[in-house]
Amino acid sequence: MQALTRHMSPGWLLVAPFFLVVVAFYLGPLVNILWLSVTEPQPGLGNYAQLFTSDSLARILWTTLRTCAITTVFSVAIGYCLAYAMVHAHQRNQNVMLTLLLISFWISVLVRTFAWLMLLGHGGLVNDGLAAAGVIDRPIRFMRNELGVLIGMVHYMVPYAVLPLLANMQTLDNRVMAASRNLGASGPQTFWRIYLPLTLPGLVASSLLVFILSLGFYVTPAILGGGKVLMVAEYISVQLLVTLKWGTAAMLGTLMLIGVLALLWIMTRFMQLSAVFGGGAAR
Amino acid sequence: MKPGLFARLNRVGAWMALLFLVLPALIAIPVSLTPKRFLSMPEGEYSLRHFHNLFTSPEWLSSFAQSGIIAASTATLAGTLGTLCAIGLWRVTSRYSEMVRAFLLLPLIIPQIISAMVFYRLLVPIGLIDSFPGLIIAHTVLATPMVLITVSASLANFDPKLEQASRNLGASNWTTMRRVILPQIKPGVFAGALFAFILSWDEIVVTLFISKFNVYTLPRRMWNGIRENTDPTVAAAAVVLIAITLAAFVIHALVARARARAAAQKE
Repeated sequence: MQALTRHMSPGWLLVAPFFLVVVAFYLGPLVNILWLSVTEPQPGLGNYAQLFTSDSLARILWTTLRTCAITTVFSVAIGYCLAYAMVHAHQRNQNVMLTLLLISFWISVLVRTFAWLMLLGHGGLVNDGLAAAGVIDRPIRFMRNELGVLIGMVHYMVPYAVLPLLANMQTLDNRVMAASRNLGASGPQTFWRIYLPLTLPGLVASSLLVFILSLGFYVTPAILGGGKVLMVAEYISVQLLVTLKWGTAAMLGTLMLIGVLALLWIMTRFMQLSAVFGGGAAR
Repeated sequence: MKPGLFARLNRVGAWMALLFLVLPALIAIPVSLTPKRFLSMPEGEYSLRHFHNLFTSPEWLSSFAQSGIIAASTATLAGTLGTLCAIGLWRVTSRYSEMVRAFLLLPLIIPQIISAMVFYRLLVPIGLIDSFPGLIIAHTVLATPMVLITVSASLANFDPKLEQASRNLGASNWTTMRRVILPQIKPGVFAGALFAFILSWDEIVVTLFISKFNVYTLPRRMWNGIRENTDPTVAAAAVVLIAITLAAFVIHALVARARARAAAQKE
């Protein structure tokens, strides 16, 4: 024991409590779920074979991937525009923008989903407003279809898209852009050939982060989709709470986990995770 | 360099994006003031009856209290575990420390639906499903990485020489921690605990799986209200939640400002 303590930094003793909590209360059951995916209802790869035999499962996976991809494109585009404006704004405006962004980040996802329900519903404000303005004569169907889910998801994801981009753009050396202008490049040329390539790590990190978060997103698709837009997360919950098929749920959870971890790994090649989550390991 | 057309268009776009982010939530305010019994926009007449209902109904009040208890316990536990862990990881200089840190952040980044399955598997065999301890354990595991991040950020600005000085002057590990390290990282600890509180207060996905009748948190009641989509009390609850969010935001901003001022004084 003494030999052990001599070789081990005493810091590990402080890490130990949470480490043990995570191993016992998180990793343990997680491994159990991975195990279930190949043993429930009978041992073997039966659950995974469903992926190739079940049409509904294939449709759900396709819906999930498509919705996540579209959400990522829109969130990152809006996020890029926001981050760009923020780093180029005056200090005071920058503070106001950051405050607004963080407020939207902090408002409960349930409150925001409820708000979209009120805005997009049949007698909702958006349809009433458009009808009153004479733009449409029949209400547009926003709810219980992919359009509503996409609006709600993009709205939730934009702040997540902005944060890595902002971290990336703030480290850029503005003299590089000034040099490009001095050498005779136009504004757009400087943007497309200098600025955009320099922000590529931020763009990749931001896209991956939004995609990862979208993959497992449950609340907004479940409420705004109204059962019509079935994504993996909601399907898992149905398997668990209604049909009690742990095998299928565990298989889908395993797939999602592998996907998320793979994307995270790619993400760390472009940006330190801690930079994305607020500068943890700067030391 | 004057901003070009592109930059100006972009700036307008950015402000519109910000309005798109912030404004929709405000619709809860008029809806909560409707005099009618169903979810609707008020037309000329306003009423506070739904707020009255929110603050007198035993169900809603009990949900507020339950969420408060769970979130406060989570913030305390996560604050303690996360702070210890962050200091520990900061002290060890090992090639494993970054791996351990990444591993400990996993509960935050793994999709909540998977965490929901995890905690369901954990709590059913030990009989803690649908109980306060069960929810507090689950929320603490999810929220501690948050504290780990904020405290680590505080520690990154902390000069390790101060710790060495304290030890050279004969202070024990414990005294150094209590009198030298903790006062320096207090803002990070408070911010982390606040994040942990909010995370727990807001948590719905895991909660949906591991609670049923005995524990009925505020998000759980809102979820039901939103799914039923009739009773405007849910709009009143949404307004109260927005108000709480803004209050938490102000507290957080004040803490951050105090931290910045402390840093400025040190210069």
